[in-house]
Amino acid sequence: MKEATAKRITDDLLRPLLHTSWRFFLLVAVLGGIVLMGGIAWMYQIWNGFGESGKRWPVFWGFYITNFVFWIGISHAGTLISAILRLVNAGWRRPVTRCAEVITAFALMIGAMFPIIHLGRPWLFFWLVPYPNQRLIWPNFRSPLVWDFFAISTYLTGSVLFLLLPMIPDFALVRDKTTGFRRKFYGALALGWQGTTKQWHRLESAMQIMAIAIIPVAVSVHTIVSFDFSMAPVPGWHSTIFGPYFVAGAIFSGIAALIIAMAALRKFLHLEDYLHPVHFENLGKLLLMMSLLWAYFVFAERLTTWYGNGTSEMNVFWATQDGGYSPLYWLMVVCNFVIPFPILSLRKLRTVTGCVIASCSVVVGMWLERFLIIVPTLSHKYLTYSWGSYRPGPPEIMIMISTFAAMGLLYTIFSKLVPIISIWELKVGEHPFPIETAAQVKEHAILRTNP
Amino acid sequence: MPHRWGMTVDLDRCTGCGACVTACHAENNIAVVGDVQAAKSRAMHWIRVERYWEGDFPDVRLKFRPVMCQQCDAAPCEPVCPTYASHHTDEGLNAQVYNRCIGTRYCANACPYNVRFFDFYNPKWPRPLHLQLNPDVSVREVGVMEKCTFCVQRISAAEIDAKAEKRELKDGEIEPACVQSCSAKALVFGDLNDPESEVSRLSRSTRGAKLLEELGTLPKVTYLARQTQV
Repeated sequence: MKEATAKRITDDLLRPLLHTSWRFFLLVAVLGGIVLMGGIAWMYQIWNGFGESGKRWPVFWGFYITNFVFWIGISHAGTLISAILRLVNAGWRRPVTRCAEVITAFALMIGAMFPIIHLGRPWLFFWLVPYPNQRLIWPNFRSPLVWDFFAISTYLTGSVLFLLLPMIPDFALVRDKTTGFRRKFYGALALGWQGTTKQWHRLESAMQIMAIAIIPVAVSVHTIVSFDFSMAPVPGWHSTIFGPYFVAGAIFSGIAALIIAMAALRKFLHLEDYLHPVHFENLGKLLLMMSLLWAYFVFAERLTTWYGNGTSEMNVFWATQDGGYSPLYWLMVVCNFVIPFPILSLRKLRTVTGCVIASCSVVVGMWLERFLIIVPTLSHKYLTYSWGSYRPGPPEIMIMISTFAAMGLLYTIFSKLVPIISIWELKVGEHPFPIETAAQVKEHAILRTNP
Repeated sequence: MPHRWGMTVDLDRCTGCGACVTACHAENNIAVVGDVQAAKSRAMHWIRVERYWEGDFPDVRLKFRPVMCQQCDAAPCEPVCPTYASHHTDEGLNAQVYNRCIGTRYCANACPYNVRFFDFYNPKWPRPLHLQLNPDVSVREVGVMEKCTFCVQRISAAEIDAKAEKRELKDGEIEPACVQSCSAKALVFGDLNDPESEVSRLSRSTRGAKLLEELGTLPKVTYLARQTQV
């Protein structure tokens, strides 16, 4: 790599940090306004009573839990994909990893809000935490909701670490390139990074450990989210397929979210030289594979239910297949399979635009899937007398909209504060370090031969 | 031996009058939510009389089935509660500790019988009805789950009286509000651990069946099947 290339990379990727246009402030104001309205909607619900949401007997879970599962699913884009791509040393991962990992961190934070928002008495949410207290009351460790708490907090801690570690050299770079307030700010974040061989080695091994550790955590998180449903003896929920089904769906929606985020970054931050069509092409292929896997899971789950022919299961089955929920069900099939499958399997259509269209469709489809797992089941439990229905209330809709704005807001602010593409990793991909140890020479030779 | 409270419901006797529902509301300070909320399916009837129509007009038969918490021995609502608000007492009741409930509503979703109810708003009673609240039963605030307790306040009171008088509880001494108000005597309450009690005798009847028995929830309410066609 020429010095000029290194300078171009640094300049291009630091530009968003150093120059801010009025468009940024406008975007932050609009998104922030929507998030604020979501907060007001939540306060309105707390103030007036939970009845302001659309929940009713017997559908006690609705939009909030749908959004919870949806956002935890979206969070499987980043860390999991980035960890797998790191471990198999896929060279094309370099510009992708950070924007993927950020999705994980933010989607988890948003998703983890929903179990609190959906509580009847949200001010007591800390009773889920096993904290020492005078009356020696612990949470009920048999409850999948307590497992959720541990799974999500572990995953959030792990993925934030996984995101922060490779940011340290970049913080040091920003520190060295700037003056004044920025120098102090990034200097603190860089944690005294000097770029010594020892530091590089520690960083490499820490990232290796995190990449390996985060994969089982990610798989377990969505399995445990699926346990929220499959542990209850309720028709349509009590199924052994739910763990892998949810994990596959999570990765599916996660990749779609990643493609959308990458396309937005590419357009707004002018990163065409870094996020190439080949990145979208590769992620598009992954999305295609997950679409097929999703269709396989749905087919397996539906066919088993149909052949099993249990009375109560069939009530839920027909409610989604040709009953009141069938328009949503078939829209889900169209969004998750009928639209993305041809787009992603034909090379001509697997362009940046094509991938983004397919991804938007998948995000809608996967949201519907979460909704269709929860609501039709709860409204068609065993005793026909107790069947019910559900319509979301205004706060539920507003809070849902505000979470999408929150994702956009956090992402916008993050890309303003941190180089959204890992500068040092990009440079390493093209160029070994100036002073190399024997181990590094070997490692970089491997890196070069496996781009 | 500790008591094991159970109930039998004689479907032949039930006339579907709804007195049990009213009595339950009065005894347990259950909020009356009003027409708007009731239309939104938010009425809280700890005991409800399910009405099923059978056959085609004009040959139609009407069936009633009172359904309250079945006080399952293997209750699906209990393990899913993250805070132990829903838990099993020594006497086999599924207790709900309102103060411990944070309103995840997971118990209600796990309950196959849909007999758990959620306080969507703080309860209100139009004056002067607020004066008729039962002082033995706590009024629930917004955001908690509530359900049939088998009138645990009456059970406790009777147990305390018996202990003070140094005697055993008599069969039929305790009557939950629904049992007390059932003019057809379709509901019978008592101790299942006492083989001589009326409720034990009726539960052993060949007419007896549990609701959704196949789910393995081991309910303590036994339904006595219809023999006559009315």
